[in-house]
Amino acid sequence: MAETKPVLMQGNEACAEGAISAGVRFYAGYPITPSTEIAEHMAARLPDLGGVFIQMEDEIASMAAVIGASIGGMRTLTATSGPGFSLKQENLGYAIMAEIPCVVVNVQRMGPSTGVPTAPAQGDVMQARWGTHGDHPIIVFSPASVYETFYLTIAAVNLSQKLRQPVIMLLDEVIGHMREKVMIPEAGKLLVEKSSDNIPADWKPYDEKGLTPLVPFGFGHYYHVTGLFHDQYGFPTGDPTQVERALDRIHGKLEKYRDEIVLTNYIGHKEPRVVIITYGCTVRSARAVVKKAYWQNRLPVGLLSLQTIWPFPGKEVAAIAKQADVIIVPEMNMGQIVGEVERYACGNAEVVPLNRYDGEMMSPDQISELLGRWL
Amino acid sequence: MSNRQEILLTGAGGQGLILASIVLAEAAVNDNKNVVQTQSYGPEARGGASMAGVIIDVDTIEYPKVTKPSVLLCMNQASFNKYIPKVEPGCTIIVDSTFVSGPYREDYKINALPITQAAREQLGREVVANMLALGAINAATGLVDREIFRESIFKLAPKGSGELNQKAFDLGYRLYNEGMGQNLGISSQTPQ
Repeated sequence: MAETKPVLMQGNEACAEGAISAGVRFYAGYPITPSTEIAEHMAARLPDLGGVFIQMEDEIASMAAVIGASIGGMRTLTATSGPGFSLKQENLGYAIMAEIPCVVVNVQRMGPSTGVPTAPAQGDVMQARWGTHGDHPIIVFSPASVYETFYLTIAAVNLSQKLRQPVIMLLDEVIGHMREKVMIPEAGKLLVEKSSDNIPADWKPYDEKGLTPLVPFGFGHYYHVTGLFHDQYGFPTGDPTQVERALDRIHGKLEKYRDEIVLTNYIGHKEPRVVIITYGCTVRSARAVVKKAYWQNRLPVGLLSLQTIWPFPGKEVAAIAKQADVIIVPEMNMGQIVGEVERYACGNAEVVPLNRYDGEMMSPDQISELLGRWL
Repeated sequence: MSNRQEILLTGAGGQGLILASIVLAEAAVNDNKNVVQTQSYGPEARGGASMAGVIIDVDTIEYPKVTKPSVLLCMNQASFNKYIPKVEPGCTIIVDSTFVSGPYREDYKINALPITQAAREQLGREVVANMLALGAINAATGLVDREIFRESIFKLAPKGSGELNQKAFDLGYRLYNEGMGQNLGISSQTPQ
């Protein structure tokens, strides 16, 4: 069992530390509030670990640098916020298409545009899913605490390597900036998955048969990397059969490993009448409500918190909808995840949105006030 | 829920309140308590209003923001005017009388202590006023074990200033205890 000790840590620091624990040794980025502490922490830590920190001229170049370093065999991270996340989208699509692992952190702030740089919001949920064009697969994690930020970043790096798939850490300003007591294991005691141990003799960079590890440039294999649809060797193709097959394959990776990717947590009554479904920092407000309503007053209330928001945990939501009469979806935006919840609830439960978009955190009072209508 | 202590540190940017909140949070972690620290971000860091919150609890802390402060520190007049109406009468209030001149209301128990003045005159360094304030707060509330608190201050202080900061912390204790003993600095006795 790993030795752990309690420390006071900020969410952004935990993200950086999680990445370092998972073997990330390359960071390229352009600082932006409220994500700046991630860059600061990586700049302070990486040189001592033999890693590389580069402050690039902008977010487009940062994303490109991260992709380049990944093809060179590094584990990579970049962090940004709203406006910078918009700039990263094109190269993010490239990484998805070329199946290059990387982790992109977006510490969300109030938008659109430059918005309110220091205010929390959850407005980038759909951007994280559909920000880059085309029918692409994506994995998005949304931690609710400093602790979760640490461990989900490790999971993000591991999954990204294993599936050769970019993963997005969608943090809230509240989580990124708050300091909290966390138990952090000593270095070297964590599970860090390696993807490139067994390279088959007939290795192809984009093997039709399924997952193949990425062999970094300079390790004896020559291949082509492109954002165009490509054949098994990476060379461009427009052949309809190959195009369809390629798209099926990159989506199939996520379906095959769904159970490792989709993380949710349910607390509360076994036969709930009202269930709150939420993610990110809003989970904290919801948990305060459920603690009081269920643990103290034994009301038929539950909370499904989503650590993974994309791929959407449809199966879990569908199961909840069959049990509950009402599903409340609190979000710090004008309603983004609620549409997905509705889709999977299939009319089995009434889905009620609860939105806050004034740049303040959702309060427990707001949730319990709404909850009171059905109890 | 009665174990939950919400501490709000308010004043001007540059008075070291955010650092003080981190030191308090760190000390609480070392004292084996659950803790969450938050702060206001923005232009505040450059001279305007500054605010930091710390929540200490033996139970897990869900909602991370301070809503009902049990301890309030006001280091300047603007923050005093802003936050006093927002707290309940049971709240432990400590104000820096160097910068705050009241009005002190009768229904609140307000400890007005010359925090910055004492740091300047007795320690020769105004910058340690924040640690002095922490001393006064801990003397009033016993939030964290005193020795653990002192050790945490030493660890977090910049190299070479550990002892000075500890001295400031102890001076905060003395200031609070003397104020209590001589009935000085209690709101009803303080002239407006």
